Amino acid sequence: MNKSFLIRNPSTLWFLLGLSIFTIVVTILSDAGLGIMSTSFVKTLGKTLCLCLIAVAMDVVWGYCGILSLGHFAFFGIGGYAVGMWLMYARTEGIVLDSLATQTIPPTAQEITDAIGNQIFGVVGSSEFPVIWAFSDSLFLQLLMVVLVPGLLALVFGWLAFRSRVTGVYLSILTQAMTLALALYLFQNDSGLRGNNGLSGLQNIPGFEDTPQSTISLAFFYASALAVALGYVLFAWVTSGKMGSVIKAIRDNESRVRFLGYHVESYKLFVFTITAVVAAIAGALYYPQAGIINPAEIAPIASIYLAVWVAIGGRGRLYGAVIGAAFVSLLSSWFTGGGAPAIPLGFYTIQWTDWWLVLLGVSFVAVTLYAPKGIGGLFDYLVRKPS
Amino acid sequence: MPRVLILLALLLGFSPAVQAQELQNLLQTHAEEVAKPGRRTVGTVLDDLASSGIPQVATFLEEWQDKSVWQSPEGLFFIADEDGDSLILTDIDSGVETTAPSDGFTQLKPNGGVRRVIGTALVQFQLMDPDLNRRTTAVASIARRPEASQLSPLLGSIDGEEDSTLKARKIQLANFLSASFAEDTADRIAAINSLSTDVSVEARAVLNQILTTSPALAEELPTDVNIARVLNPGADMSLDAAYELLVADDLAAPRTDADTIKAALASNIINGRVGDVPVAQLGTTANRNRAYAQLAHSGTVPPMVTETDRDAALAKYTFFEIYNEADPAITDAAKAALASVETRVAVGQSADLALDALSLASIYFLAAIGLAITFGVMGVINMAHGEFIMMGAYTGYVVQLFIPSYTLSIIIALPLAFAVTFAAGVAMERLVIRHLYHRPLETLLATFGISIALQQLAKNIFGTQARPLTSPAWLDGAWVFNDVVQISYIRIAIFVLAVIFLFLILFVLKRTRLGLEVRAVTQNPGMAASMGINPDRINMLTFGLGSGIAGIAGVAIGLYAKVTSEMGADYIVQSFMTVVVGGVGNVWGTLAGASLIGFLQKGIEWLNPSNTLAAQTYMILFIILFIQFRPKGIVALKGRAAAD
Repeated sequence: MNKSFLIRNPSTLWFLLGLSIFTIVVTILSDAGLGIMSTSFVKTLGKTLCLCLIAVAMDVVWGYCGILSLGHFAFFGIGGYAVGMWLMYARTEGIVLDSLATQTIPPTAQEITDAIGNQIFGVVGSSEFPVIWAFSDSLFLQLLMVVLVPGLLALVFGWLAFRSRVTGVYLSILTQAMTLALALYLFQNDSGLRGNNGLSGLQNIPGFEDTPQSTISLAFFYASALAVALGYVLFAWVTSGKMGSVIKAIRDNESRVRFLGYHVESYKLFVFTITAVVAAIAGALYYPQAGIINPAEIAPIASIYLAVWVAIGGRGRLYGAVIGAAFVSLLSSWFTGGGAPAIPLGFYTIQWTDWWLVLLGVSFVAVTLYAPKGIGGLFDYLVRKPS
Repeated sequence: MPRVLILLALLLGFSPAVQAQELQNLLQTHAEEVAKPGRRTVGTVLDDLASSGIPQVATFLEEWQDKSVWQSPEGLFFIADEDGDSLILTDIDSGVETTAPSDGFTQLKPNGGVRRVIGTALVQFQLMDPDLNRRTTAVASIARRPEASQLSPLLGSIDGEEDSTLKARKIQLANFLSASFAEDTADRIAAINSLSTDVSVEARAVLNQILTTSPALAEELPTDVNIARVLNPGADMSLDAAYELLVADDLAAPRTDADTIKAALASNIINGRVGDVPVAQLGTTANRNRAYAQLAHSGTVPPMVTETDRDAALAKYTFFEIYNEADPAITDAAKAALASVETRVAVGQSADLALDALSLASIYFLAAIGLAITFGVMGVINMAHGEFIMMGAYTGYVVQLFIPSYTLSIIIALPLAFAVTFAAGVAMERLVIRHLYHRPLETLLATFGISIALQQLAKNIFGTQARPLTSPAWLDGAWVFNDVVQISYIRIAIFVLAVIFLFLILFVLKRTRLGLEVRAVTQNPGMAASMGINPDRINMLTFGLGSGIAGIAGVAIGLYAKVTSEMGADYIVQSFMTVVVGGVGNVWGTLAGASLIGFLQKGIEWLNPSNTLAAQTYMILFIILFIQFRPKGIVALKGRAAAD
């Protein structure tokens, strides 16, 4: 019993080893080493790592605890927005100060604020700073918001939902409604977050204007890899031991766990909130690499794709979620990016940009029907055969 | 002149025998004024023409206004068309056409003022014209640009009007004109009072026109003007706006705003300082004001008008609004009438809102009722339900490609859409859902996979742009109760369709063998099977039925919204919420859910009309909270059926 959870979960160590090797290989191939890998591909890999992180969180809440949340991408988006607000404010402030410095008379604080407001909100016909931007001048406070806002939202929402024993598909629909409400709210021009324009120019990190994007992208890649490693270890710890057993028991039969005297709601609320926070951190790392965030990113479909990744990768095993997210999202960008060769059938040519979603949908149905364990299930054969 | 016109109106009732050349002779007596009319002199000519009762006068006036009347060298008047070097002359009495070289002829070119006077005189002829269309046009032109002079001819033409609709319109219009222009105050007040039951936009415009005000100010409140209200700066109007009025009347110096100060400072920098303030310190408002005060002190710039100065200046004056209409009796009557009209408009708007909400509820009901069967009765989450709606709409579109008659195509499209989506639903049930009955969350994901595949497939086949699904002509237009309350026929049709489906489904579920078996399988599949019911077959048929209804809903929704591959996705979340809010497993619950959501959404939209997105956001938040308090929905199943 007193063995470390890492020893009891050898897969965690294998995963960390694999991640380290992957990071080293990418470093060697990137501009910092041989220069074979393009900056944009490093970014894609960094973004994929962030998606892996949120997929791991999704796996814990769904695969381990049995709550099919269709709202975790909302937390991902909130994290992105929170960090994006600081990035946009700080960068615009730099530009505004530069342009005002040429004036004969030094600008007042009010003039600077007005000019920044005009720059940021001019696109939605406003120049006032909304209340929610109150902390946008402080990186520390905004980073705190990355954690606090989604955490509180998940806490309140989860408390309301679990308290009234909304379970199963009802909870899924409720979380989907939450996501939709958030997306619709953000789509409004007077939401204070630039409506459907979203926040842009996030790839320019204030204070590092002279640093080339290749270096920045590698830095974010490392940060994402570190976040995935830490998140993976955290969730490996959460899902092991006694608490892990209770969580899995809730998935298998909630009522029995309740009858055994466990406070099911607290466990669910804990899992729901902590995964929401991790999802937000993943988002905060993702969007500076993507460069732009807008409300469409939060649309309910994104959260469903998240569930798709986890299901294809294999639920109930953390490495399955990582594999699923990495595999499907990279495959998706390969197909939709025109990487896959078109198939001429004589009477019709299959362009994968048009047919990829059909393929994904059909293969998803096939996985659900015939391979409920997903790709991760293949590892069972590898592990069991020798023994 | 008006009295003459009334006389004429009476005269025109008869049709006097006209002798040849009568109009020409009459014009010749006024030859000079006709040839070179002035705005003041033309009145006599027009009066004489009007009182003559000659039927060709109207035509002549029109042509005259049109600059198509020419004078021959002998001084005779003709209606003429230029044709190269020659003129095609039309005799103004007999209408006989002749051709003559244009040498010596002069075109009559009445100026704009004269043409307007002619136009006004023409109105009375047009109001009495035997042709209904021309009368209607004349009335419409009065409604567009009401003038005082039109009142008498309009009043005069009412009695002789044969068409009842036009007559009512004339009376209404005459009321509007009297309210604004009648000479007698009592007449005006009577007309205004009669408007207090009229909710039309025009009537409200007339009343508002009477009640227009302009802002004014004085040291003492005057007693000889019709004051609408006294304005209190700071409460009724902003202090700055009040001060702007003072500035506009040259009673005060303009405010010195931040930009003015900045510009003044920038142009008075001497040796890196403004006054004794170094330029580098000008980054605060206090320092800028100090520097400006020093400039003002030395006389370089006008002194600064501070907020204290502004308030002191404002204290000296009283601000008020005066009615442009001088007579208080009339404005009081108009105010009372407008208040009464606005009450009626508010009642009308509530009714209109209720109709809107009802039609939105019908749409939600149609979209959700199929889901209520598959999700509610069978417990199957079908995320592809929205795509069945889309399939139905595209079926309608394809049918219209082959059948040009819109009515016929809709009649064919409805059952065909049912058939297509029924087949799709059955296929989906057989191939996918059958294997997942014990894993509801996975049903959700598998059907989602089907949903994205179908959506993309539709995009590949039909393209991304919206396709039209045209409704038959008899569904165009709207049922207009008055200017406030109206509803388009297509929404009524959707409402009717929703009601039909409500009863059809109730009938199928409660009164048919299939319904009995469906309910039996829902409650206890094992027991039903041992009674000789085949649960597989029933599940298949139920799923097909639910999907088929989605297809029909698709045709209905496609008629008023655009048909795109994403249209289903727009409805899926709302449909699920309709079912969940209403209470799962119950058709009446779906009805209640749809009504609640429809009325709620319209209600929130009414509170914040500019923002339908916000309305949807708040509605979803409300639903999330609602489910906290009634997790089983509005119509919750009780007893054994409720146990899941």
